[in-house]
Amino acid sequence: MHQQTLAQQARALAKGDYSARELATHYIQRIEQLDPQLNSFITLTAEQTLAQADAADSARANGSASALAGLPLAHQDTFCSKGVRTSCGSKMLDNFVAPYSAHLLEQLAAAGAVSLGKTNMDEFGMAASGTSSFYGATLNPRDAQRISGGAACGSAVAVAAGLASAASGCDSFGDIRLPAAHHGLTGLKPTYGRISRLGMTANASSFDQAGFITRSAEDAALLLQAGAGFDPRDSTSASEPVSDYSTTLGQPLNGLRIGIARNLFDEALDGRIAAQVLASAEQLQQLGATLIDIELAHADQAVACATIIGSGEASTNMSRFDGVRFGHRCDNPASLDDLYQRSRSEGFGPSVQLQVMLGAYYLSVGQYERYYVQAQKVRRLIKQAFVAAFDTVDLILAPVTAALPRLLSEAADVAAERDSQRYTALANLAGLPALSMPCGLVDGLPVGSQLLAPWFQEARLLNAAHQYQLATDWHTGRPSGY
Amino acid sequence: MQWETVIGLEIHAQLATKTKIFSGSSTEFGAAPNSQASAGDLAMPGTLPVLNEEAVRMACLFGLAVDAEIGEISRFDRKNYFYPDLPSGYQTSQLDLPIVGKGHMDITLEDGSTKRIGITRAHLEEDAGKSLHEDFSGMSGIDLNRAGTTLLEIVSEPEISNAKEAVAYARAIHSLVQYLGVCDGNMAEGSFRCDCNVSVRPVGQKEFGTRTEIKNVNSFRFIERAINTEIRRQIELIEDGGKVVQQTRLYDPAKDETRAMRSKEEATDYRYFPCPNLLPVVIEPGYLEQLRTTLPELPAQKRERFQSQFSLSAYDASVLTASRAMADYFEQVEKICGDAKLAANWAMGELSSLLNKDNLEIGQSPVSAQQLGELLVRIKDNTISGNIAKAVFEAIANGEGSADAIIEKRGLKQVTDSGAIEAILDEMLAANATEVEEYRNADDNRRKKMFGFFVGQAMKASRGKANPQQVNELLLKKLEG
Repeated sequence: MHQQTLAQQARALAKGDYSARELATHYIQRIEQLDPQLNSFITLTAEQTLAQADAADSARANGSASALAGLPLAHQDTFCSKGVRTSCGSKMLDNFVAPYSAHLLEQLAAAGAVSLGKTNMDEFGMAASGTSSFYGATLNPRDAQRISGGAACGSAVAVAAGLASAASGCDSFGDIRLPAAHHGLTGLKPTYGRISRLGMTANASSFDQAGFITRSAEDAALLLQAGAGFDPRDSTSASEPVSDYSTTLGQPLNGLRIGIARNLFDEALDGRIAAQVLASAEQLQQLGATLIDIELAHADQAVACATIIGSGEASTNMSRFDGVRFGHRCDNPASLDDLYQRSRSEGFGPSVQLQVMLGAYYLSVGQYERYYVQAQKVRRLIKQAFVAAFDTVDLILAPVTAALPRLLSEAADVAAERDSQRYTALANLAGLPALSMPCGLVDGLPVGSQLLAPWFQEARLLNAAHQYQLATDWHTGRPSGY
Repeated sequence: MQWETVIGLEIHAQLATKTKIFSGSSTEFGAAPNSQASAGDLAMPGTLPVLNEEAVRMACLFGLAVDAEIGEISRFDRKNYFYPDLPSGYQTSQLDLPIVGKGHMDITLEDGSTKRIGITRAHLEEDAGKSLHEDFSGMSGIDLNRAGTTLLEIVSEPEISNAKEAVAYARAIHSLVQYLGVCDGNMAEGSFRCDCNVSVRPVGQKEFGTRTEIKNVNSFRFIERAINTEIRRQIELIEDGGKVVQQTRLYDPAKDETRAMRSKEEATDYRYFPCPNLLPVVIEPGYLEQLRTTLPELPAQKRERFQSQFSLSAYDASVLTASRAMADYFEQVEKICGDAKLAANWAMGELSSLLNKDNLEIGQSPVSAQQLGELLVRIKDNTISGNIAKAVFEAIANGEGSADAIIEKRGLKQVTDSGAIEAILDEMLAANATEVEEYRNADDNRRKKMFGFFVGQAMKASRGKANPQQVNELLLKKLEG
C-alpha cells in the first residue's frame, strides 16, 4: 500500500481495495518499525489516527466520503494541532499543547484526511539541514552519512520512506523544496497567501507558506485543492479564486513557454546537477514546451536579502517565547530579566538564537536603514524582475539545490546552509508558487528541478510537473529498504 | 532670568470598539482577569492579527473632526520590547505612516481668546495588559484583558505654553472624542491618559530646551499640577547650574513631585519595522466622504448654535457644551419646558452642584432631563415658585417620583387666589402691627428694607406657597394704602 501515491490510494479506497483503517494501521506499523532509525516523527497520535480512519470508512459506507477521505498524512510540527503537542522542533515548546488547530489542518481534516502525527523539523524552521531539532536529527534514508535537509526534514523523510503517503510543510526559504529534491519527492510551495497561515507557527512571516511534500504532482494537486482558499483570519490570505487543480492536470504542454533562468546555473551549482536540471528542460521541450533563455535580475542578492528580512521578522516572532505564558520556563527565576534570559537561552537552540541575534541587529537603530530598508528595496526589484520575466514566459525553470546533501561528518557552516537556499528563496522573496520535482540521480542520490509560475498559477505549475512525471519515472524511485 | 515653557501632549484615547483592535475578544471593562484574552491575545504560536474595521472608522472620524490630513495609505509597525504584560514581545503600532496626519484643535483661553494647537498626528495601536503587583507575594499577576484594546495616540505639536493651556487642550480633546462617540473618556478606568512633554527655555531663545516626558497622567487636575511641578523643577535645576536630562518621569500626586523613570541613555531600541502580518490600510476618498456625513455636531458648532438659537451667553454656551452628555441633557430639558434661560440656569446651578456633591457624571444623574423639564414646566405655569422647586428637585433626586407627584403629595401647589393671599397678608400685618407703624413712618431706604421683611413673613406664613409676585403687589397696596 505504501508504494502507492496518494492519488492511487484515493482510488483504491474508493474501489474498496482496502479500508482507511487498514491503510492507517499499515502506516502506523511501518512508523513503529522503521521510524526509530529515521526519527522523522516527533509525536504520533495512533489513537486519533485510527478514529479518523474509522470515521472515513463510515463516511464512505454511507456515501458521504470527502475528497481526501481516509488518506494518511503527516504534518510538520509547526502546524498547531488542537490537543496535541506542537513543538516546532524546539525545547521551548516541548510542553506546548495547542488549544486550536491550524487552518490547513482543519481544511484537510474536513476533507476527510487522516493525520498520522507531527513530523520532525529544524527548530522553528530556522535551519536547512534537518539536524537542528531538539528531538534530534532526522536521518537520510538513502545515505545515513548525509544530512536529510530541511527545514521540513521529517515530512520529506516520512514520505520518502513510506511512513506517510504525503505530508504538509512550511516553506520559508525553500524548506519544502530542498528536502523534497534530496529525497526524490515533489515539493510544492504555493503562492504566498494561497493557504492561510493561521495556526502555522511563524518563522519569517512574509516568507512562510504552507505547502506539501508528495510523491507526485497529482498528489500535490489533491492536497492543494483542500488547503487553498481565502481565510478572513489571515490578513495576508488571498481572495483570488481557487482553480480545480486536478481536472486541469491533463493539458498538453504545446506552446508553453518555459524560461531557463540562465544566471541561476552559476558557479555554485554542481555541474552534474546542472546537467540533470537542463535534461528536465529538454524533456519538457519534447513534450511541446518552448525553451527561452532568460536572466533574473538581482537573483544573486536573494540569500542576503532573505537573510536580512527573514531574520528580522524571525527575531521578533520569537519574542513571544518568553517563559511567561507558555513554553519553557527556567527553574527558580531570580528576577524578570533572569526569567527571560534563562528561559530563552535554555529553550532555544543555536540556530534560533542566531536568527534572533541577527534579526535584532538588522533592525537596530542605524543598521535598519543600512540593511533592512535596502533589503526591502532589493526584494521589490526581485519581484519586478519576475514580473518582467513572466511577460515573455509562462514558467521559469531553475535548479533547486546547488549540491548534494552534505555529509554529517562535515562541520555545519551557517553561511553555506543559507547559501543552499540560493535558488529557492527567490520564490519566497517574490511570493511566487514554485515546485520541486525529481529529475535524476547524481551519485545515486536524487536531485530536483524547480519550476516557478506567476502568482496564483499553481494549476499551470502542477500540470507541467504532472506531464513531466507522466513521461518520466524519476519520481517513482524509493530508498532501498523502504 | 525669564523663562518660558514649551509643552506637547501625547494623549492615549481608548477607542470604544466592542472588540479588540486585532482580535475578536470583548473590551468590556472590569471582567475577571484573563477572561477576555483569546489565543491571539496571549500571542499563542500561529495566531494572526486581523484589523478591526471599527478602529479604522473611529480613527478616521477623529481625523475628520480635527480637520486632519488622512493619507490614503497607513501602515502598522512592530515596536519591540519585552514586558510580561506585552504577550507578543512587540506592540503593534504605527510609526512612519499614521492613519491621521496633521490637524488642529482650537482651545479657549482664560481671557476668552482662542488659541489653535497643532495636532502632529494620531495613530492606532494596541494597548498592553496589566501587571498586578499586589496580592501575589514575591510574584506579579498578569491580566491580559486589556491587552489588544484599541488605542488612538493623539500627539500635539509643542505649541502649548503653560499648564492651564495643556488642561484646556486635553479637555477639548476629551470632549471631542466623547462627542464623536469614539471614546468613553473614563479617566479613572484609564480610557483617557496623557503623557506630558515639558521643556523650558529663556524667553527669546529659539531652540527648545531639553524635554522630559511625564508618563500616564490620568486626571486634568494632575496634568496641571504635574506640569507646574516639572516646570519648577527644571527652572530650579538650571538656575542652580544643573542640566535637564532627557528622560521619562512619573508624577506622584501624594508628594506633588515628578520622579525619573528612565533616561534616554537607557532608552530601549524599539527596533521598529513594518508588521508583516498586516497589510497596509488603504483609505479611499469615497470612504472619508461617506464618513464625513456621519460626523455629529462638534463642540464649537454646538456652542455657536446654543448662543444663536437659545440666546445664551458665550459663557453659558461653553459650559453647557463642554460635554455632549450635558449638551444633550440641556437640550432635552429646554425642549420640555420651552425656556432656554431657565433650563440653562438649572442645568448649570442645581443640577451641577448636585452632581459635584456626589462626584457624578451627567450620565449618572439621579434627576433625568425629563424629570427636570417637567419640574421647570411647573415653575413656568406658576404651580410652584422657584424656591419650592428647589425642594422638589431634591425630592426627585431622592427618588420620590416626578415633580407633579411630589407637589401633589406634599401639597406644595402655589397659592394664586388673591383672596387667600390677602387673608394671609392681613393676618401677618395684624401680628406685626408695630413694624407696620414703623414702616409707615420710615424713609424710602428704610421702607425698602422693611418691605423685604414683610414679604419674608408672608411667604413663611404661606409655607412658601404663595405666589411671590402676587404677594409683592398686594402687600405694597396694603402698606401704602
